[in-house]
Amino acid sequence: MRLLLREALLSFRRAPLLSALSITTIGFSLYAVGLFALVAVNLRAALHTVEQRVEVVAYLLSGTPPETIALASQDITAFPEVQRVTFVSEDEALKRARAELVEFRDAYRDLSVNPLPASLEIQMKEGFRDGAHVAAVATRLQGYGFVDDVRYGREWIEKLDRLRNIAGLVGLTIGLAFAAVAVVIIGVTIRITVLQRAREIAVMRLVGATNGFIRGPFLLEGALKGLLGGGVALLLSYGTFLLFRGQSELATSGIVFLDPQHLLLGILFGVAIGLGGSLVSVGRHLRNV
Amino acid sequence: MIRFAHVFKDYPKGAALKNVSLHVAKGEFVFLTGHSGAGKSTILKLMQGALQPTSGQVRISGFNIAELGPAEIPRLRRRLGIVFQDFRLLDDRTAEENIAFALEVTGARADSIPARVMRVLTQVGLAAKAHAYPQELSGGEQQRVALARALVNDPAIVLADEPTGNLDERATRGVFQLIREINASGTCVVMATHDLDLVKQTTYRTIELREGAVVFDSGLDETAGEPV
Repeated sequence: MRLLLREALLSFRRAPLLSALSITTIGFSLYAVGLFALVAVNLRAALHTVEQRVEVVAYLLSGTPPETIALASQDITAFPEVQRVTFVSEDEALKRARAELVEFRDAYRDLSVNPLPASLEIQMKEGFRDGAHVAAVATRLQGYGFVDDVRYGREWIEKLDRLRNIAGLVGLTIGLAFAAVAVVIIGVTIRITVLQRAREIAVMRLVGATNGFIRGPFLLEGALKGLLGGGVALLLSYGTFLLFRGQSELATSGIVFLDPQHLLLGILFGVAIGLGGSLVSVGRHLRNV
Repeated sequence: MIRFAHVFKDYPKGAALKNVSLHVAKGEFVFLTGHSGAGKSTILKLMQGALQPTSGQVRISGFNIAELGPAEIPRLRRRLGIVFQDFRLLDDRTAEENIAFALEVTGARADSIPARVMRVLTQVGLAAKAHAYPQELSGGEQQRVALARALVNDPAIVLADEPTGNLDERATRGVFQLIREINASGTCVVMATHDLDLVKQTTYRTIELREGAVVFDSGLDETAGEPV
């Protein structure tokens, strides 16, 4: 065990430039993946904020008894797609209109009769904020006799659906491409390290070291490089994040950093590539020598 | 100790060994001679399990090479000491570290290593240069370090592939003398060489190869045609 660690660390000391180069290469490869993940996470967060505004509004016929509305509210709250139902009375609707629609304030001020209907505002649960589910809820709402009209901004939601699909697909493709490029670059880097030590492997074989023993230090070295490269990528990504957050326009929109699970996943990805790359490269050598 | 029975070895570009049969007894010294490409290196590679025979049987130190699994190669190699023309030392380790490396990677007890390394360094006459790097040593000294590395695991057989091929006359004499001493202490030695002066100096058994076949074996009783 001690020997394993010594041999793995020795290679850092004996070839500091190559080691630094491979850690940097791994770091930058993972940084590209990290940057992409950062963009993807923030895009998803932005979409999520927009999605939260997806709601269905059912306008009620005037004169609907409060008990009926209360019963219906309970009923609708029990829909699997529905998160929350809010009753907005006629008076409240007018108050809101006065507060929110400033340019029509004068028109609303001197009304003798309130022209606005009462309504039920229905918030959708996460995962149901798409066109199909919203339309299904709207259709069910129209079934109530006291519901005059149902609105939910169909076009807007459909656009949101499309945007979500495109973002998902593009994200997956680019993400996989970035990851594949990282795997290849890191694999080549590690192969160079192994080639540089081909003589050592040959000597170990010659004197009767077992394959497992020969692999050990290389695997540890590969894993360490992956770990350090992951650390470099983390620092670079965080630096970039701070830089962007420092920009005034972006500060207000609240960009977020990757959560700890994603970070851990990224670093583990680095370690896994380091290990896998070493295993493949050394394995090839063990067959050839 | 070593037995070849009707061994053929084909490479993609042609046959390297054609029906080679030979027997080397425990403690024997055998020269393998012949021109480049005659099959000397192929025989040594078969002996160390780096190659498999195309047909025929190769047995060495209780191992059957044709049936050698990947896990058994290290076990075989630990019973052999192997030296080459180009020494194969690690440039970034001292003489002492090069020898210790062979013990470390074969799982020797750490506290036994320094004494064993010093013993073989003394045996090859290089105790004073234990801390020298290969590039600070002469060719003859480097080959001595390689020999010390080959001896440190107390091998039953030493395989030497042109061990003096890169050395001047004086260094050649020194290294050869050392190999003779190793044999005198009971270790079987198979040495490939095309230095006929070296061969003529001694009465050791000589096996001459030509185009992959044994054309002369001084160890055969010429009247009966059987190994001694």
